[in-house]
Amino acid sequence: MKKSGIWAIIFVLLIGIIAGCSSEQSTGTSKDGTVTLKYFAFSPGEDHEDELKAMIAAFEKKNPKIKVDYELASFDDYFTKLQTQIAGNNAPDVFELNYENFVSYASKGALLELDPLIEKDTNFNPDSINKKAYEAFQYDGKQYGMVESFSNVVLFYNKDLFDKAGVEYPNDSWTWKEELAAAEKLTDKKNGVWGTYSPVQFWEFYKTIAQNGGSILNEDKTEVTVNSPENVETLTWMMDKMNKYHVTPTEKEMSGQANEDLFKAGKIAMLRTGIWMFDGFKDVPFKWDIALEPGNTQKAHHFFANGLAVSKKTKNAEAAWKWAQFMSSSEEAAKIRIDSAWELPAVSNDALVKGYLEKSPPESRDVVFKALDTLVVPPVIEEWSKMTDMFGKELDKVKLGQATPEEALKNVEKELNTLIKK
Amino acid sequence: MVGDKGWKKWLVISFFLLPNFIGFLVFIGIPILTSLGLSFTKWDLLSTPEFIGFDNYKGIIEDTEFWSALKNTLLFIIAYLPTVLIVALGIAMLLNKNMKGRAFFRAAYFIPVVSSWVAVSLIWKWLFNPAYGLVNYFLSWFGFVGPDWLQDPQWAMIAIVLTSVWKDTGFVMVLFLAGLQNISETYYEAAEIDGASPIKKFLHITIPLLTPTTFFILIISLINSFQVFDQVMIMTEGGPAGSTTVLVQKIYNHAFRYFEMGYASAVSWVLFLIIFIVTLIQNRLQKRWVDYEQ
Repeated sequence: MKKSGIWAIIFVLLIGIIAGCSSEQSTGTSKDGTVTLKYFAFSPGEDHEDELKAMIAAFEKKNPKIKVDYELASFDDYFTKLQTQIAGNNAPDVFELNYENFVSYASKGALLELDPLIEKDTNFNPDSINKKAYEAFQYDGKQYGMVESFSNVVLFYNKDLFDKAGVEYPNDSWTWKEELAAAEKLTDKKNGVWGTYSPVQFWEFYKTIAQNGGSILNEDKTEVTVNSPENVETLTWMMDKMNKYHVTPTEKEMSGQANEDLFKAGKIAMLRTGIWMFDGFKDVPFKWDIALEPGNTQKAHHFFANGLAVSKKTKNAEAAWKWAQFMSSSEEAAKIRIDSAWELPAVSNDALVKGYLEKSPPESRDVVFKALDTLVVPPVIEEWSKMTDMFGKELDKVKLGQATPEEALKNVEKELNTLIKK
Repeated sequence: MVGDKGWKKWLVISFFLLPNFIGFLVFIGIPILTSLGLSFTKWDLLSTPEFIGFDNYKGIIEDTEFWSALKNTLLFIIAYLPTVLIVALGIAMLLNKNMKGRAFFRAAYFIPVVSSWVAVSLIWKWLFNPAYGLVNYFLSWFGFVGPDWLQDPQWAMIAIVLTSVWKDTGFVMVLFLAGLQNISETYYEAAEIDGASPIKKFLHITIPLLTPTTFFILIISLINSFQVFDQVMIMTEGGPAGSTTVLVQKIYNHAFRYFEMGYASAVSWVLFLIIFIVTLIQNRLQKRWVDYEQ
């Protein structure tokens, strides 16, 4: 009798373990027809969770039969978690993707094609979204994502330092030459003020080479074009600002301080950074504004976008589409974004955009939209992270003086050739 | 056949072992076997795994970054292992003497061991800051201009070794202390009567009788230092210019940055094989130098 008692206990234990392993399915349709969507995001970060809650509330008010359950992760952990959930057949119905990662998710067939849903939805008109941003989330000519926000990088400048040095403010006609001339006048070693700053890393590199007519890959990404005389010239220019002209601090001279903090402390006169810093620079004790970035032979500006994609395995495609569409093109969501100085919504609604432009600082907010005319999108390939790591390593070598720009780009060319042929 | 009594005993024993065994199976056993299977596939977590035979293992041989990661790991071990052994033995010998505040010092040296690697790495990252860090400030007292430490490929690994030695010394010291206390006083007394100098006593009594402890420490430390990761990830992320990329960092990159689960599993198994072979060799060699006092 005792024996069977022990077996009973073992049996109960095993059942408990098995039940504990198979996780509850929280998504799906409940009896009263309410659909619960699982949404996974990184872009709210720590600062904008309340805004996301407000958007969800607005959405649920409009669609009383749909509930949105959200989960957040920091950008560094986000893709590991997302990919694990997808591998475990537990994918969220809707999730955020940045443009760089969108391509690999779309190419691996993890996303639901949205075109049939777009055609059916009479309330949605693609013209309500900035065209370039909307098209960024297409793959093979099909829509696989809905852009929700974008940001770019412009030239921030400290007006007080310019006035003090008697230098004219940057304008749209500036090239690297004018930037350097101004930077030399603005650099003030005694007070630790540097004329200009842009980091030497992969993202800055692909944009700066575009300002000199260069590129990393050809148009259809089948050939490596990184090892060109223009690009060697560009990389040399990026290094010369530190080592030859001494208008940009080296990493050693910065000793671990962030460039944004140095700008805030009035130690950098011109800084290339993202418009996401508007809020952070709001309360600095000096006047500042933004301008288009100086280029060499042409202008080029970064373009970063986040969008919402729907999992291919969702059981609630229609509700998922409604949520993605709401986040992307609704006035409610766009207004919350603008009011909180979160990233810029990609809507083309003039009234909303006007509200954004009227805010200051900076005064010249129209620069943000002007920069879109010369945008360069990241040269995304399937082996994206490997490529950025490889570039980081080679650029490190140049910074450390272990390799010349020529040698580094030759190495990059060789490694890139194996990456795109995989 | 086992009698009814033996059968009952077996049942009771396995019942009490069951919770632990299930935990081991679910979180260690099954994942280990799965990773062996995965190492023969190509899997990005999004699509279904695709069987590719030994391609991952062949890829490792051609992967120059694997060899440089192995080299960096070996460099770490060569610098770390002797240093931590010598420093810990020295401190253990000092703390083995009858002195005031002995308990306090023993506890003090052990505190880094119980601190989290994340906290320790972050603090040392600050200490090694070239402009504001205490390390270079301290060096400046003696007229030295400290290096850039974590930003300099020649110094970054040394900085990581120093941090690791600081963190692990306490653990090794405690093991040595236990070993030292096992050595019977009679040997020293006998040697003293024969007129042996302190150095002679150290070389001919302490060192030989400590060899079982040293052997144990070597095995444990070697296995651990092949798996060095946390401090590298936090202090340098494998940089600058790849100079501190170690094997586990490489596994992490392939698994969680490039999402190449198959390749990452293959590198893990290669690392396991290396550790296994090294440990086997150590076991073989122990007969030649380890003295088990009978």
